[in-house]
Amino acid sequence: MNGFLDVQGIEKRWGGSPSVTVGPITLAIAPGEIVALLGPSGSGKTTMLRLLAGFETPDGGRIVVEGEDVTTVPPARRRFGMVFQHYALFPHLDVGANVAFGLRGQADAGRKAVEALRRVDLAGFERRKVHELSGGQQQRVALARALAPEPRVLLLDEPLSNLDPALRERTRRELRQLIKRVGITTVFVTHEQEEAFDLGDRVAVLNAGRLEQTGAPDELYERPASLFVATFVGRANVFRGAAARALARGKDGGDVIVVVRPERLRFADAGGGGRGGLAGVVRERRYTGAAAFFLVETDIGDRFEVLAQPDAATVGDHVVVEAERVLRFAENGR
Amino acid sequence: MSHRAAQLAGGALALLLAWLVLYPILVVARDAADGAAIRAFVGRSGEWAALWASVWISLASVALAAAIGVPLAFLFEWFDFPGRKTLGSLVALPVVLPPLVGVIAFLFLYGESGFIARAVQALLGLSEAPWRLQGPGAILLVHAYSMYVYFYLFTRAGLAKLDVSMLEAAQALGAGRWATIGRVVLPLVRPSLVGAAILTFMTALGSFSAPYIFGGGFRVMTTQIVATKLNGDLPLAMVETLALAAVAVVGLLLLRRTEGDDILVALGKGIAPRPRPIRRAGIRVLATATGWGFAVLLLLPHLTLALVSLVPYGAWTTQILPPVLSFENYGRLFSEAERLRPLLNSLWMSVVSTAAAVVLALAAGWLVVRRRVALRRAIEGLLALPWALPGTVFAIALAMTFSVHAPPLRWVLVGTAAILPLAYLVRALPLTGRALLAGYRQLDPALEEAAASLGAGRWRTLARVTLPQLRPGLAAGASLAFVAALGDIVASIVLYTYETRPISIEILSSLRLSETGVAAAFGVVLMVVSALVLGIGARR
Repeated sequence: MNGFLDVQGIEKRWGGSPSVTVGPITLAIAPGEIVALLGPSGSGKTTMLRLLAGFETPDGGRIVVEGEDVTTVPPARRRFGMVFQHYALFPHLDVGANVAFGLRGQADAGRKAVEALRRVDLAGFERRKVHELSGGQQQRVALARALAPEPRVLLLDEPLSNLDPALRERTRRELRQLIKRVGITTVFVTHEQEEAFDLGDRVAVLNAGRLEQTGAPDELYERPASLFVATFVGRANVFRGAAARALARGKDGGDVIVVVRPERLRFADAGGGGRGGLAGVVRERRYTGAAAFFLVETDIGDRFEVLAQPDAATVGDHVVVEAERVLRFAENGR
Repeated sequence: MSHRAAQLAGGALALLLAWLVLYPILVVARDAADGAAIRAFVGRSGEWAALWASVWISLASVALAAAIGVPLAFLFEWFDFPGRKTLGSLVALPVVLPPLVGVIAFLFLYGESGFIARAVQALLGLSEAPWRLQGPGAILLVHAYSMYVYFYLFTRAGLAKLDVSMLEAAQALGAGRWATIGRVVLPLVRPSLVGAAILTFMTALGSFSAPYIFGGGFRVMTTQIVATKLNGDLPLAMVETLALAAVAVVGLLLLRRTEGDDILVALGKGIAPRPRPIRRAGIRVLATATGWGFAVLLLLPHLTLALVSLVPYGAWTTQILPPVLSFENYGRLFSEAERLRPLLNSLWMSVVSTAAAVVLALAAGWLVVRRRVALRRAIEGLLALPWALPGTVFAIALAMTFSVHAPPLRWVLVGTAAILPLAYLVRALPLTGRALLAGYRQLDPALEEAAASLGAGRWRTLARVTLPQLRPGLAAGASLAFVAALGDIVASIVLYTYETRPISIEILSSLRLSETGVAAAFGVVLMVVSALVLGIGARR
């Protein structure tokens, strides 16, 4: 292991009943890389971030930055910048004093604070009160404050969850550009796959305290390592038993679970079927503009989604569905 | 009720309140404009000494109370150790103790014939008591004991509202533990600290029983005023009263200015920091010992009072511990007519004044918040006014105003059964007023509208919807008002007659007759009733 930021078998156990364990998790992060921790609530992603920041002490494993073991270094001396979910701006200080907070004792603190605000496009906001700012502006102040002391690693806790949906997509791009311009190694937590894919170079998927898979977005989508990743990342239809066998065309009879993305399913030509496929009735059609989702129900009650041209079928049609590409998993989901 | 009728009702309420709380002060101000009295006040060094004593005692009380209450609040809010919950509420106990009860409990415990002094005397074989509990030191001791609770409760409330991510943000930016407290925590809880400082300053400035009993030759303004009044020098008493009122108002305004902007404590929905278990064994033992030690220290006066109340008259002379214990004193309290009388007096006068204060506050809440009458600011200000002035000021003002027959504003009420409930009512108005105005403000008007749309008339809506919703605030305000009236001494000592004497006066005369057991028994009754009423009032 020799990334810039090495997480080596880190583990945190919470007592109580039922007791919860996060980890052991191992992750090597390259300098300047942006890594997303993606998972549902309770997956341990926030615990992971707080372990990195030093707000929680691990029960096992090490955290190493640039070859320095920081596992027991308190947050105040770890030199990791953090942007909190609700920003945690100090309400008793103005914007300038908030940004300069981490620069105490530095001779050019004022100049650096101005510079940090300029970098997030908030030049001239020094004397503003934090509660007068919009949500997006507060987020940028929090970012400027975290970056001003020139930390080694930037940590972001659900960085966009507090913003209007309309603002999120634009902010996401701006945030990525800014981080890349600064060149800082970044770890952020999110529960939204789109955000993880858009903002992260690599995505680490967590589930129930375990690291399921780490990889680039297309790798996770096309080659998920587990049934959980396949269903959590992107839309997926899960088939078992006879339906699975019909779609997998009998290959590898040992397969018990088959996952097919909606866009990898298509309606077979009326005459050309017969080689396999799954027969069913179109129950619903959800039009999205460029395409439509068709909800198909088989004779035995399985329901699944097909993404196709809007005019590919109508509700009530009897159809046969074929798979272009299937993902196979054993009963244990691996 | 039509708009016009509501405005009329608002005007009537404002007039009634002005007559109750403002007019007597104006009477004092006019009577104080007496050249000879002012010259007498300005010329006597004793007057200036008493005024200065009031100021510095109050400021020192604030400093002492903060020095005890603030660290204690941090200890109980931030750290977990065995017994934290129980001790945390025990530590707030002195707040239920009427000031006079605390003072006599201190007397029995630390006074020259109290347990501690007797024990030291016996231990060292001294021929007389090793110390006398008297003068400014004794007053400050009692103040610190009873007033640190304000800092303790306010600071805990402030800390509980703190967002834990604020502290983590400071740490992530490189601030250590002390830097975090100095640069983030204290600025954020400043409104709470200032609130506690104001309350402590006002309470200490108006404090009467501690300087009255422990002052000795040392006079503060409250005791000076009462002494002058009892000597019959009324114009001088008026000038003194006005001087004390002026100090109170100036102090209040100065402290208010330090409060700063009304900052939001957190921008997002914050989670308060959880109390952390203390890891290092040595510190955990120390914290636990401090907590328990403090609780014992705090309970000691209460226990002493209970013990002394069990000592029959004359049974305890030179021994360290009383040789005989019995319930004789309690028996006398309830069987002797002249002892039962003050108990009943205090009870009925407190009930009547509290009920009147609740009714006025309910009317004020409805007119100010719901109907938003033109005089709403005046009504709110008048309700709060008695809080801004020491109790002695109102006691003297009421005594002056209602000893003259000049209808329609002045009648002779002094000497009648009406004057003490009236005085208690004035002191109760800020308590019930604040609670019910806050309650009304939290009330969703849609609830009353929903009741109306379901066919409920005005009284049915009040009884079935409004009052049940207001119950928590009403119970809190009413219980505080009742306990304040029950334990009052300042107004009582100026305005009582033999027929209407309340418990506090009976305690003082029992002490004077060396009936310490009876005085203590009265104290215990006062303490228990106060604790019960406050306990009921705090129930949700």
